[in-house]
Amino acid sequence: MARIFDQPLYPYERHTDQDAAACVRHPVIVVGAGPVGLAAAIDLAMHGVPVVVLDENDRVSFGSRAICFSKRSLEIADRLGCGDPMVGKGVTWSTGKVFFDRRKVYEFDLLPEKGHKRPAFINLQQYYLELYLVERIRALQAEGRPISLRGKNRIAGVEPLADHVRLDVETPDGSYTLEAGWLIACDGAASPIRSLMGLDFVGRVFEDNFLIADVVMEAGFPTERWFWFDPPFNRGQSALLHKQPDNVWRIDLQLGWNIDRERETKPENVILRLKAMLGDEVRFELEWVSIYSFQCCRMERFRHGRVIFAGDAAHQVSPFGARGANSGVQDTDNLIWKLKLVLDGLAPDRLLDSYDIERIQAADENILNSARSTDFITPKSEASRTFRNAVLDLAERCAFARPLVNSGRLSVPCIHDMSPLNGPDAGSLPARTRPGAPAVDAPLGDGWLLDRLGGRFQLLTIDRQAPAGLEVDGIAIEQLVLSPEDDASGALRERYLGSADGAVYLIRPDQHIAARWEEFNEAEICAALRKATARK
Amino acid sequence: MATLKTHPNFDRPDDFYADLLALHEGRTREDSERINARLILLLANHIGDRTVLKEAMEAAAAAPASD
Repeated sequence: MARIFDQPLYPYERHTDQDAAACVRHPVIVVGAGPVGLAAAIDLAMHGVPVVVLDENDRVSFGSRAICFSKRSLEIADRLGCGDPMVGKGVTWSTGKVFFDRRKVYEFDLLPEKGHKRPAFINLQQYYLELYLVERIRALQAEGRPISLRGKNRIAGVEPLADHVRLDVETPDGSYTLEAGWLIACDGAASPIRSLMGLDFVGRVFEDNFLIADVVMEAGFPTERWFWFDPPFNRGQSALLHKQPDNVWRIDLQLGWNIDRERETKPENVILRLKAMLGDEVRFELEWVSIYSFQCCRMERFRHGRVIFAGDAAHQVSPFGARGANSGVQDTDNLIWKLKLVLDGLAPDRLLDSYDIERIQAADENILNSARSTDFITPKSEASRTFRNAVLDLAERCAFARPLVNSGRLSVPCIHDMSPLNGPDAGSLPARTRPGAPAVDAPLGDGWLLDRLGGRFQLLTIDRQAPAGLEVDGIAIEQLVLSPEDDASGALRERYLGSADGAVYLIRPDQHIAARWEEFNEAEICAALRKATARK
Repeated sequence: MATLKTHPNFDRPDDFYADLLALHEGRTREDSERINARLILLLANHIGDRTVLKEAMEAAAAAPASD
């Protein structure tokens, strides 16, 4: 059977745009058909915005890319209609174990709390995610949604203008020019659009190399994240073992800085290293081997007029913490509803500046966390190694040292506390659902709260009366009327009311909380909606 | 806000100092460094207050060199 990464999924086809007498303009063009670009396109299409996706390739990505998808990414995927295949195929896990030398020194559970539809994390090869996203695009196209996904369309030139962007596109049978009202650049860490616009950046490069091997094997390891510091099979370095679907295991071995890359990636040498780790008797096959190094950095601004950068094109982190693809998907989650309101003339252009503010806050948080993890995993001085080992020595016996163990602070969504879009907060309500936070899931009878949120502005009322059909300057606010009795487990009350006997939440189309009150007040809600759409 | 105590706070300073030396007696430099690191972490957690810890770090870094 041909493997999915060997098959063209969106093969090149000549498009009528290429033969048009005059250059065709599209409202939105997305460059890059990775997880971020595809998610952006689906979101736009679900909002009824025609979108063209250009990608220099014609198939899913191959090789070791993202594998850990966070709860928040799954919630976004649910809103986009791809959550079920991801969770169905993915390996669900929430336990991590940390070893130092031969001893287990620490164990953690990422989601000890019940009452969430989605688990803390699943592991899934990126190519499966891309496949499900492309399948979702095909389904939307079948419903008549305007998405054009064009393979083997490479960007050769970009010219940002005041009210649109001109693109030179190269294809297997010649080049053509397109115009975009808005251009979303999701073209990866080496972003050609960023380079063409002269916006490249240099970040903090970590002087280390990691060998990634995805191996196929029947193995009895549990579905947990296992991380070793200084194990016998990789002395002085670290190692990671993590299960993916189809009996594929991700193995990540730290190699150090001064290495012979060619020698290290030779299959016979990789096999020796893996046998030392797994034991002589375990039979395995290599699916993919590569060596990577990384940097932590971001663009100074993600928005440049009509060109908006998202995902790795805008920011890069170390892989420890699963903060790459997860944050990229959260970028588009934040961006698309804003762009839709601007395109419809329902919000001013400056609403898009809040994308910069909110997602730069998230990128900085991700960079900070992943840089700190890297400093712990790969100590840069004798003193930092001594303290790292002291933490690991103590963690086994002393609980206080365990929170210092840092084998990756795994991706959690950013709470936009200082966002200019946030409205009033009734401080008496629980802190976790304050303005700027993504709505926290809770069970509702046979379903889930988050399945009833997103895609439009909503007013969640819990034991509070509000008139139906609220509308503010053309933007409808749909009501979701709940009572604490809708959730027998008490999670809804605990997460949204605390000690209050009722509450009113204004929730953004990206499921983030914009404002909240203990009582209904129409004037305040209208003012908060105007603030959340940058009209005031 | 708590501040770092820099006035004498030991009951019997000579006894403390003797304990500290005894802890390191007969150990290699590497061993002593590992023990010191653990000791710093244990004491830092006991103090807990980040302001006090930062003051202590600054005071340690600012100690005059003997030469």
